[in-house]
Amino acid sequence: MHNILESIALALQTFKTHKLRSFLTILGVIIGVSTVIAILSLIEGLNQAVTGQIRSLGSDVIYLTKYSMVRRGPAEIEKIARRRDFTPDDAIAISRLPSVAATAPVIERQWNKLKYHNKESGQISIIGSNQYFSKVSNRTVQSGRDLTESDVAHRRNVGVIGSKVAADLFEEESPIGKELTIRGKRIRIVGVFEEKGAFLGQSMDNFILVPYSFFEKLFPGKTLSIFDRAFSTYSIHIMPRPKKLDSAIDEVRELMRRRRGLTFDKPDDFELNTQEMLLDIYHSITQVGFVAIVAIAAISLIVGGIGIMNIMLVSVAERTREIGIRKAVGASNRNILLQFLFESVVLALIGGIIGIVFGILLAKLISAVSPLKAAVALWMVLLGFGFSAAVGIFFGIYPAHRAAGLNPIEALRYE
Amino acid sequence: MAEKTEKSVVCKGINIHKTYWRGKIEVHALQGVDIEIRRNEYISIMGASGSGKSTLIHILGCLDTPTRGEYYLEEKRVSEFSDDELARIRNQSIGFVFQEFNLLPRLSALENVALPLVYAGKKRIERIKKSRAILEKLGLGERIHHRPNELSGGECQRVAIARALINEPKIIFADEPTGNLDSKTGQEIMAIFDKLVEEGNTLVMVTHDPDIARSARRIIKLKDGRIGDA
Ligand SMILES: Nc1ncnc2c1ncn2[C@@H]1O[C@H](COP(=O)(O)OP(=O)(O)OP(=O)(O)O)[C@@H](O)[C@H]1O
Ligand SMILES: [Mg+2]
Repeated sequence: MHNILESIALALQTFKTHKLRSFLTILGVIIGVSTVIAILSLIEGLNQAVTGQIRSLGSDVIYLTKYSMVRRGPAEIEKIARRRDFTPDDAIAISRLPSVAATAPVIERQWNKLKYHNKESGQISIIGSNQYFSKVSNRTVQSGRDLTESDVAHRRNVGVIGSKVAADLFEEESPIGKELTIRGKRIRIVGVFEEKGAFLGQSMDNFILVPYSFFEKLFPGKTLSIFDRAFSTYSIHIMPRPKKLDSAIDEVRELMRRRRGLTFDKPDDFELNTQEMLLDIYHSITQVGFVAIVAIAAISLIVGGIGIMNIMLVSVAERTREIGIRKAVGASNRNILLQFLFESVVLALIGGIIGIVFGILLAKLISAVSPLKAAVALWMVLLGFGFSAAVGIFFGIYPAHRAAGLNPIEALRYE
Repeated sequence: MAEKTEKSVVCKGINIHKTYWRGKIEVHALQGVDIEIRRNEYISIMGASGSGKSTLIHILGCLDTPTRGEYYLEEKRVSEFSDDELARIRNQSIGFVFQEFNLLPRLSALENVALPLVYAGKKRIERIKKSRAILEKLGLGERIHHRPNELSGGECQRVAIARALINEPKIIFADEPTGNLDSKTGQEIMAIFDKLVEEGNTLVMVTHDPDIARSARRIIKLKDGRIGDA
């Protein structure tokens, strides 16, 4: 058996003599591998971002809403809109449950522009909640102070702003003590939250938090569209005591059914969402993505493989005399088989390596020009290698077998 | 077993037939050839074109198999050998020289000569050393890095002979080795073969040329696939 390095050198030698042809042959493999690597690393990047994001929402928080955050299918907006809204009183009742540590009623409205002297912010969120908002949403106040119970009780016109609002409106100045005006009402800034960064290009720090009691003064009346009635009313964020997630869910359900007067034969008219459910739904979506990748990979690698098989058959035909000579001086069928198999594997691997490099570059490029972030993992590179080697072997074996089976004299007589 | 006084039998063919099919027509290239070759013999096979000389020497050189009849190499039946064993015999026991040289065009003279050593599993350093030595012995010391298209016909044939000799075979076959050469170069090649026999090698050579055949110690004449009278 002659040694592997020499076989590789021999295989590379034949590519040097047919550079263009070899390149065209492996184009299919290059395209296949690079697409797969690019898409996989983007999905992986998305996975990491989403998982991190969902986790950073604050661990084990339960979201009590009128609509399901995880159920797919046509949202029955009208039915959801007709459901009774939650109130801050619901939140107070829930906060007294034994398994519950903290509860925050949360209401949110988009606001187009916020001005301070000559500076203005883009669209921001105005959030109405209570002193537990920072706890259930895993945020800390960086400077100034948080909301207090008395702010809520006295409907004080105070606000804690996200770091992006602070940067947009006040730049280097301290925002503490400054006043903003929304709908003719002045809001005094008492604190700034620590930065959370961006998620899918969307800043997580572009909001102002006010006491919900003041929020109701800001946006009074029932001028809500059906969509807002379904999705923009109070939701209640509940943080269970440590290790009490399941019993907290049971207690909240029990309490809410009672408060909403649901008899035992009626289904819930509210939803209890957890992070686990959000992660599950996300994973089931990306699963579809993975299946699509496998399909793309399979198709492009089969196309690439057929290209390799074709060129190897041509190569065997062209080199029939060479095969005859090698056999005449003592090459065994296995020697010839391995020689041609090596060629197709090296060919496919070159395609695979180029494809891996291209795929990584492609992913980096997409990351650079879009909010998506690519995360290339070692297993993807190994997968690219493994796939292309497998293609080389699978589609190389038939031509190699044909070469190996040639009779030496017939091969030598071949013109 | 060979008697003490006689030289031992290297190979032996009994009633060898070879039939080719050209479409529906059968071509009987060999029709019952009996042949015995002993150590250090120098045999010349002659005959008209199409009489089956190449067919016979290919079978003797284990490059092809007879349709009927038995062929023994050192008392072993060749028909019983596996593909791997046949490859090893072609590699170790037989040296074959062709009329059209059959060198690999992309390899240098040295690499062509070393090719059988590759399949013999020899290390690179040993391959180079041995191949260089034998090329030098055949007067090609200055040409070892040339490719076949940079060599004359005579030089190519000497490279091919070096390749046939590299594994010190038990028997050397040559099918019209001077057929593609002018007469002067042909004589130089023949001188090499004569010397090989003097050194104790066994040689079977196909030739058209009665002058060349004369230097052989035994002449076998083929006619229509049979051994005819001398
Ligand atoms: N592969 C083949 N298929 C069909 N017929 C063949 C084949 N090889 C040889 N023959 C035929 O067998 C016969 C013997 O051929 P062979 O090559 O042995 O002759 P030869 O004596 O070597 O002739 P030459 O002196 O021209 O080389 C010829 O009739 C030839 O046409
Ligand atoms: Mg012939």
